[in-house]
Amino acid sequence: MLLIPCPWCGPRAQTEFHYGGDASLRRPALSTARTPADPALVDYVYLRDNPKGLHQEHWQHAAGCGQWLVVARDTRSHAILGSAPPGGDPLSPPGTDDPAA
Amino acid sequence: MTDTPLRLPTGGLIDRSAPVRMTVDGLPVEGFAGDTLASALLAAGIKLTGRSFKYHRPRGTLSAGPEEPNSLFTIGTGDRATPNVRATLVEAADGLVAESQNAWPSLALDVQGLLTAPAGRFLSAGFYYKTFMGGPGWRVWEPLIRRAAGLGPPPQAPDPDAYDHRYDHCDLLVVGGGAAGLAAALSAAETGARVILCDERAQLGGRLLAEGDLAIDGRPAHRWTAEAAALLDRADTVTVLPRTTAFGFYDDRLVGLLERVADHDPAPPPHRPRLRLRLVRTGALVLATGAIEQPVVFPGNDRPGVMLAGAVRTYLHQYAVLGGRRAVIVAGCDDAYRTAVSLADAGAAVAAVVDPRGRPNPAVAGPLADRDIPLFAGWQVRRTIGGQAVRAVEIGRGDAAEAVDDGPGRRRIACDLVALSAGWAPAIHLTSHLGVKPRWDAGLGTFVAGDQPPWLQLAGTAAGRCRLADALAGGREAARLALEGAGRDMAIGWLPPRTAGPAVDPRQPLVSPLPVPLRGKAFVDFQNDVTVGDIGQAAREGYESVEHLKRYTTLGMGTDQGKTANPIGLTLLGAQLGKDPAATGITTFRPPYTPVEVGALAGRTAGAHFRPERWSPIHPWHAAAGAVMTDAGLWKRPWYYPHDGDDLAAASHREVRAVRTGVGLCDVTTLGKIDIQGPDAAELLNRLYINGWSALPVGRARYGVMLREDGLVWDDGTTTRLGDQHYLMTTTTAHAVPVMSWLDYACQVLWPELQVHVTSVTESWAAIAVAGPKSRRLLARVVDGLDLSTRAFPFMAAGVCRVAGVPARLFRISFSGELAYEVAVPSTEGLRVWEALMAAGAADGAVAYGLEALAIMRIEKGHVAGPELNGRTTADDLGLGRLMSGKKDFVGRWLAGRAAFTDPGRPKLVGLTPVDGRTPIPAGAHLVDDPRAPPPIPSLGPVTSVCTSPTLGHPIALGFLERGRDRMGHRLHAHDPLRGRTVAVEIVSPHFYDPAGERMRV
Repeated sequence: MLLIPCPWCGPRAQTEFHYGGDASLRRPALSTARTPADPALVDYVYLRDNPKGLHQEHWQHAAGCGQWLVVARDTRSHAILGSAPPGGDPLSPPGTDDPAA
Repeated sequence: MTDTPLRLPTGGLIDRSAPVRMTVDGLPVEGFAGDTLASALLAAGIKLTGRSFKYHRPRGTLSAGPEEPNSLFTIGTGDRATPNVRATLVEAADGLVAESQNAWPSLALDVQGLLTAPAGRFLSAGFYYKTFMGGPGWRVWEPLIRRAAGLGPPPQAPDPDAYDHRYDHCDLLVVGGGAAGLAAALSAAETGARVILCDERAQLGGRLLAEGDLAIDGRPAHRWTAEAAALLDRADTVTVLPRTTAFGFYDDRLVGLLERVADHDPAPPPHRPRLRLRLVRTGALVLATGAIEQPVVFPGNDRPGVMLAGAVRTYLHQYAVLGGRRAVIVAGCDDAYRTAVSLADAGAAVAAVVDPRGRPNPAVAGPLADRDIPLFAGWQVRRTIGGQAVRAVEIGRGDAAEAVDDGPGRRRIACDLVALSAGWAPAIHLTSHLGVKPRWDAGLGTFVAGDQPPWLQLAGTAAGRCRLADALAGGREAARLALEGAGRDMAIGWLPPRTAGPAVDPRQPLVSPLPVPLRGKAFVDFQNDVTVGDIGQAAREGYESVEHLKRYTTLGMGTDQGKTANPIGLTLLGAQLGKDPAATGITTFRPPYTPVEVGALAGRTAGAHFRPERWSPIHPWHAAAGAVMTDAGLWKRPWYYPHDGDDLAAASHREVRAVRTGVGLCDVTTLGKIDIQGPDAAELLNRLYINGWSALPVGRARYGVMLREDGLVWDDGTTTRLGDQHYLMTTTTAHAVPVMSWLDYACQVLWPELQVHVTSVTESWAAIAVAGPKSRRLLARVVDGLDLSTRAFPFMAAGVCRVAGVPARLFRISFSGELAYEVAVPSTEGLRVWEALMAAGAADGAVAYGLEALAIMRIEKGHVAGPELNGRTTADDLGLGRLMSGKKDFVGRWLAGRAAFTDPGRPKLVGLTPVDGRTPIPAGAHLVDDPRAPPPIPSLGPVTSVCTSPTLGHPIALGFLERGRDRMGHRLHAHDPLRGRTVAVEIVSPHFYDPAGERMRV
């Protein structure tokens, strides 16, 4: 059971979190000028990398503060290398993504 | 007083002042406090303690610890019976009841043993697969085979015992309370670190309790052990957990411990849990888990009376029980010589020490000569002789080939005990639970732990260090290094005490040479009846990987997971393939280390606590009214309210008629409610819903539909504009939590630039639907501050008011299709307001209606719900395509436009009525042209929701039909081959009742 560092609550057990998928994806902008089956949207919805090693992923502290966060995890060892609020860099030194700052 | 012929009159660590009386297979067995079931049976001279899994061969206790493959008993009676318990770990206790397993009618006279024994030679590796895959097939044979070859049966009734979970946190967890573990705990305790020390046995000490030749500070080692345990007990920062097994090692330094809180007590007090699962997050970890002695392989090595040499010493020194009166020692390593010395000094005859290695170590052979014990160096055991207990061994001189030849180099030696040892394999199981493979150490001749993080250290025999002084010094160093690895760099003041003991060289070949070819069965895995022959056969048939070998032969499976089988079995495979053990490798150790009861994993989350129940604040009224409840996710919702014992159909039809002609109340608290506020609230709704929100005036509600990113419909509900920048969204009961999570995701991850806050208020509000032509009349009696006339408060209006004096929100929305309102009040007032509404409606015959009536009315209206919002339907499939705005982008818009989703041939929502006007349409049926066509009959679409309409007086249904809107008035068949039912149906509009929607707008 992982110990996930919530940027707001500190290290908490994995059972308090929901997994939310690949955090490196960027949703294509809303637009009224797309076509059905727009390749950018198809990629965003369906295509995922399965990296061996570093993976940035979203988790929600669902049974805690309810906030979403970005977690950097090594898929080989499950080692968690850092976390940050959404849009932040989980690999930056602690403090630089301090939500209170 | 029963006979205990093998109990010594003095000695041991048992409490002779506390005799205990147990019942084993209906017969009394006596022992003392401090005994195990295995030691008490041995003291009584009972050596036949089990029957093997496959061949039903007689088996006796092999070991004195958790590795025991043979002596498995069912402990306890009735609902408390626990099968497959290792007798070597069962603490003797007054009143304990044990039954042997896998034998009928009794252990000594096992009919299945007689039946399978002659066939035994056919049951080689892969036998079951090869033989039973043909003919009637595995599905027929498997239950029969399982019945013949089985472990103990589980009790059938619910488990009456309680089980606990708890979480622990510490700086250092020490697993194993032997010499090395005690040294590690003492060292760390002195630094002020929070320490947990666990040991699977009742008493700390490990081998210090089991050996007779170890001294610490000039006294027997077990004395020092007691003092060390007392010292740790007094230390504030140390928690000592006896009877506690570390069974698994998990991510981020989590270790699973199983604490046997009350298992040693046949009648535990009711407040005490039987087992406690502890999940320990630790900073550092020292594994002082010891080593597991491995048997020597020769024909008949499974006969009762054959025991591990170290176990013989344990029974002698800890329990004062002689393994036998006349022993033969089979020494595949120097350590086994200690057993010869110990037995001789305790007064037993040692008929021979047989050392197949040929060149004895003078340091350990010397004491044999002093005691006139004959040493047969370079001899092999050819076979054991005896029935249900060993009577003699036959030995032969020379290397493997010579040893099986007849000739002068053969000798038969009478004995009632064969003590064997091929060396000790470090218990490194926990180190590989996270995927780190063990490493072959050629110097030690065994597998040792692979690379570990600095905060995990091994000590003592687990680290391949067998001498007492090394264990104590190693425990101290392991504690220091592990704490340092966890960032606690401290000087350790504790110094190991002086020790004395035999200078046994731990470097031994793990497996002794074997006589080949073999006559008779030489067992590698006792629990699964895997022989040397099976392993050779598997290798010849191409099962060369250790993982394939395991699955083909069952080597290393079962309750013991091959603790006394894997090292030798895999070495044999390597020998067969001409590979060294490093190249052969070892199968993966996975949690749990030893069996963990399912009850312990479940803890308190059993029965009513298996999952939480959510009750609406009005629940007490429903219960008092005798409502039959149903599950909606975690919620308990009234299904129907029976009167005078009427059934579901009668009650729900009565409720529907009451709503359609009068007025009814329904508890709709369970719908998800999300409060949305901020300047961009409408923009968020525009992005999430397919329809537009900017033009919705304050004080009005609107029905909204949400798609998934892939364009399929996800959820629906009404959203109300409460203020300029304030909306209240409702979701379906089922999707309340995921929709809230999705809104959080949208606001925090997708579009953080939106100025909007979303908050779940599902539990803050109780919601009551008041539906029926008399609903306005009812509300007029209790509502203050709102004009309820249609002119002032039309369909889809919303406002604030007081209901029965309570501040409330009132919504004029309708799911039933009648004039209807929804009253929302703070949860704490829900019950009071419900009662006030019921009282206000008494004059009009107001009823409470449940989910069934709600469902019937929505089918009559053609409203879609869960069976239609099934994750496979588009908005247009549901008849909601006209809601999709073309003026904005929203989640799912573009992918919903893909060719397959816009194909005009897709099944569309339709209504169905039976052609004969009376036959119910089966739910789950498929619409087909010709039910008599040869299968597979093409399906034109599924039937999703069915009911008998009390309003229309005949059955109706909703379903999806290919080009359904073009087939109005057509006739098809609802075909249900699963239940053998076919109903001729007519295709009609899904809006059966008041299709113009006039009744809800009055």
